[in-house]
Amino acid sequence: MAKTIKVRARAKDGVVTVKMLISHPMESGRRKNKKTGKLIPAHFIQEVVTEHNGNKVLVANWSGAISKNPYLSFKFKGGAAGDSLKISWVDNQGKSDSTTAKIK
Amino acid sequence: MNTKRRLFLKGSMAAGAAGVAMSAGLLTPGMVLAAWNEGAFKAKSVDEALSALMGSSSTEAGKIKIKAPDIAENGAVVPVTVSTDMGGVDTIAILASNNPTPLTSSYELGEGALPYVSTRIKMGKTGKVIAVVKSGGKLYSASKEVKVTIGGCGG
Repeated sequence: MAKTIKVRARAKDGVVTVKMLISHPMESGRRKNKKTGKLIPAHFIQEVVTEHNGNKVLVANWSGAISKNPYLSFKFKGGAAGDSLKISWVDNQGKSDSTTAKIK
Repeated sequence: MNTKRRLFLKGSMAAGAAGVAMSAGLLTPGMVLAAWNEGAFKAKSVDEALSALMGSSSTEAGKIKIKAPDIAENGAVVPVTVSTDMGGVDTIAILASNNPTPLTSSYELGEGALPYVSTRIKMGKTGKVIAVVKSGGKLYSASKEVKVTIGGCGG
């Protein structure tokens, strides 16, 4: 898939703050198509994994109740500027994407 | 030799291979679901969701900060930030009490991760945003009322 993940990671005083934006429709499966009246099938990211040096720093489990084009931010200790982070997601239709980003 | 019959056999074999590939492709989402706690995400009440996710629904009041708007004009995008000063936190869950399925998301904190998560959730109607934190095998929770003027689940 095309690039769907935007990441910004910054180290300050030993704490790395990671912010990411993913482009994804995040359909909950409860919305109706206004023209046909049919339910739009659920299509949302289920898992977002962030790895730092092969160590899973954060695993986010999501449902369709996360807003469209999701935003996620978290912090962790032990990262330094120049280290790389690997971020990947998988949705309920089996699609996935991943990216690597350098900590600034 | 009957060439038509040969062709037919070849065609059916190709179709068979495609079928195998299809079913293999269909298996992958199922494998993903194994890690994803389906029971917890499909639960229709806060207690059910917590029992399925954390193994218990009894929580103690904890020093957890929830940053969310008092009034959300658009229920489809409600920014929520959860943080705490507690140590040894391994799981954070964010629930919206009046959503059809209250559990919006859960986060497993790895080594070094600080108990801080910020994201945007959908809320169907006015209700409480509940943050549940698992620390040292115990559950702590805090909640904040968020008034929603336009729902985010219908449409």
